[in-house]
Amino acid sequence: MSTKIKINSQIFQDSNNVYYPKDEVEVSDLIRELYKKDSPTEIIGNNSKSFIGNKTQSANTTSLSKISGIIDYRPEELYIKVKACTPINEIEKILSENSQELAFEPIDFGYIKDGKSNKGTIAGYLSCNYAGSRRFKVGSVRDHVLGFKGVNGKGDIIKSGGTVVKNVTGYDLSKLIAGSFGTLVALTEITLKVLPKKDSSTTVAIYPNNFEQIYDLFNKLSSSSSEISGAVFIPEQSNDKDFSGKRNTVFKFNDLQSNVSFLAFRVEGDKISIEEKINNLKKELKLNNSDISTLDVYQSEPFWEKINNLEVFEKTKHNLIRMVIPPANGSKLCKYLENNHNYFVDWCGSLFWIEVNSKKEEKIKNLKKMANDFGGYLTVIKTSSEYDYGEPIFTVDKVRLMISRKVKQSFDPKRILNPGKMYRGV
Amino acid sequence: MSELALPKIDNSILNRKIEIVKKLSKLTDKENVLSEADELRPYETDALSVYTQTPLAVVLPENTDEVSEILKYCYSENIKVVPRGAGTGLSGGALPLQDAILLGLGKFNKILEIDYENKCVVTQPGVTNLGITHAVQHKGFYYAPDPSSQLACSIGGNVAENSGGVHSLKYGTTTNNILGVQMVMMDGTICRFGGKSFDQEGYDLMGLICGSEGLLGVVTEVTVKILKTPEVVRAALIGFPSIKEGGDAASEIISSGIVPAGMEIMDKALIEATDNFSKAGYPRDAELLLIVELDGTKSEVNELIRKVEAICKKNNCSSLKLSNSEKERLSFWAGRKAAFPACGAMAPDYYCMDGSIPRGKLAEALLEIKKLSEKYELPVANCFHAGDGNLHPLIMFDGNDKEQLRKTEEFGSEILKTCVRLGGVITGEHGVGIEKRELMCEMFNDNDIQQQLSIKKSLDEKNLLNPGKVYPILRKCAEEGRVHVHKNKDKFPDLPRF
Repeated sequence: MSTKIKINSQIFQDSNNVYYPKDEVEVSDLIRELYKKDSPTEIIGNNSKSFIGNKTQSANTTSLSKISGIIDYRPEELYIKVKACTPINEIEKILSENSQELAFEPIDFGYIKDGKSNKGTIAGYLSCNYAGSRRFKVGSVRDHVLGFKGVNGKGDIIKSGGTVVKNVTGYDLSKLIAGSFGTLVALTEITLKVLPKKDSSTTVAIYPNNFEQIYDLFNKLSSSSSEISGAVFIPEQSNDKDFSGKRNTVFKFNDLQSNVSFLAFRVEGDKISIEEKINNLKKELKLNNSDISTLDVYQSEPFWEKINNLEVFEKTKHNLIRMVIPPANGSKLCKYLENNHNYFVDWCGSLFWIEVNSKKEEKIKNLKKMANDFGGYLTVIKTSSEYDYGEPIFTVDKVRLMISRKVKQSFDPKRILNPGKMYRGV
Repeated sequence: MSELALPKIDNSILNRKIEIVKKLSKLTDKENVLSEADELRPYETDALSVYTQTPLAVVLPENTDEVSEILKYCYSENIKVVPRGAGTGLSGGALPLQDAILLGLGKFNKILEIDYENKCVVTQPGVTNLGITHAVQHKGFYYAPDPSSQLACSIGGNVAENSGGVHSLKYGTTTNNILGVQMVMMDGTICRFGGKSFDQEGYDLMGLICGSEGLLGVVTEVTVKILKTPEVVRAALIGFPSIKEGGDAASEIISSGIVPAGMEIMDKALIEATDNFSKAGYPRDAELLLIVELDGTKSEVNELIRKVEAICKKNNCSSLKLSNSEKERLSFWAGRKAAFPACGAMAPDYYCMDGSIPRGKLAEALLEIKKLSEKYELPVANCFHAGDGNLHPLIMFDGNDKEQLRKTEEFGSEILKTCVRLGGVITGEHGVGIEKRELMCEMFNDNDIQQQLSIKKSLDEKNLLNPGKVYPILRKCAEEGRVHVHKNKDKFPDLPRF
């Protein structure tokens, strides 16, 4: 670990010695100096998601939180260009005033961290690349980034992409930056594709009997021309009273039987097409004689907010796992998780949020093996206080680790930016 | 045509040709190695046929292990390698080099797995784009990106170029529609990025490879996402009395919250050219023609059509026709898809440009192009993917007239610079290749280019894989670029180009 060094630049530092550069030139000056002095820095935004990833061991902390504000919003061009640490809330507010939105539905990690909303900044969000429930239909965060500007580990200001959706000029570095946890560049500017907000939404809940039936429904839903924009399975967990109590409270809606297992799917659009799609889906899913519940827009919208706030795992003290697998293996995973772990399934059967209530990391190791065997991966999003990082929190194979090391080297040869945040030695 | 600068030829490699061919014949079936002049001729160029180079040899491996062994050998012997898919690229990305092996993926032509449960197809890279849709359409699925050359272009080439198509505003380009790739690095290392699940964790290496124009690795397997075919697809054909009114209508459609499946604009010159060529029945009195395609469920499409009609009427459209059958919808597209050959029929040669601009700048861009057309005294016709801002001006000229050729090059370069000035980019979907290499500095400064070169160096330290492409080697913004077609002899004249 490097020792504290003295920085010549006149960059504001608070009483905790955190640097607050105010623009990209100051970020560049600071990193250039740290590069010369071989002194790494942790890069943070509003600290809403800094608990995700390994703890960086660096002498300095750089907060980009002063680099905030909307630069250029063109509703008719479907893009918004913002300074990197603009709060997601601010972006969503201005988009909403123009009936637009970030289609990838940002997850609010504030609830699992502190029990209250804190969506953080767009730079933090892009650095994690964790999209919400609409992902299987509209793509992830990386699919909505048109371009960026930032500072690499040598202090050079670099850019990639632009404001247009069709652009094949040079390597697509926006993709590489998404999910890089601030280890490649300190972001200063981000351009996002935005999309029109749908007029309305309706959610239909079904109460299936077994995992095969659940996955059969997921499969039919994702194979339908009547497009859905969300599908979750919330299992009943009768063996954990605290969790089932929490679950029943979170999903307490007038028209939902929240005390039993349910699958819920969302249809968005104008009212006529929602009705048409739901009627089509009822036929395709053979639901006409089944027990179903319909949540109107006033229940549907808060329902999906609760899903994307991960509210059932509010303030969890346990390890929280995010596992993504091809959906065809989902029912097997559900069977394994049943009575062992608290969990729920999103992305029409692909994304599992799993709480691992154990001091032993062995259980996480087993889950990681299953994720690999199923052709997916897992990330330990939140660790319990006993977690000793013996089991790496990301999933990576040897070849990808080797290439990741080379890519890191090409942006940040001295490992100045968030060293070790993702992988040891990277 | 200007002299093309290429990497310095390594004569020691040329002198070792016999030995190299012999070694390659041991790494794959000897029938897969071509080295005689007449065998090499078909590989001398891709669809940017104005440039030709004879490769040292062509090798057509049959599996990933062979690709790996060949690359490992070339790496250890410092032999350059140019990868090639179907050779339909318009920017010269697969142009051979005299001292390089041309690595053709044509034998990788099988679909390996169709997985409806996970909504994906695992395929070898030599399978055509349309071949994937053909394999799944009987179950009501399709592969979304649809570059105009989809009948012939390979999915591996689509990954290399990050190909788009007319539906990319709503459905994205290749990068948004693939789940995983298997790739071989220049040193022979076989790697896998992604798979059948969404969003690989860690650095998005698949995202980096997609659109890297064959500079970072050779893709040997692709897993693509398939989508359910929409229930209803309808198109509207709308004529406008002025560029401004048509451009405003297109902008208003987007800003009203409609995301059309496709939205195309043609100017008067192109309306006349295509209507003469394909008898598409376009409104010839219109200054600008807008084709809007909408998809979804029946009532959804009806509602969208109602909104589009209202917007177009408000913007003084002079004609409006809706498709009432699949046959009629395809007839609306017939003229648009014949845009390139239609221009070829009007002049001995044409250049096709490929810039992107913000949608709202269309009228400004077209007026600027009109002024340039008058300045250079060369006719131009314009088509525009209005949904995603991709502009394809087609400059008509006579290549036998050296002065016209010079003026065309200058004209084209000025158009791309105009695109950048209006907030756009120099290539929307054709790639940089050798064609727009020297224009990269219109968009990027030294830092930006150095960062990209640094990535290249980290994954191909000896710069052996497809050298001389994408990044400027002249260190000046040269006046190069564009697709040059002589006497309508496009390399693939039967392919619709849009």
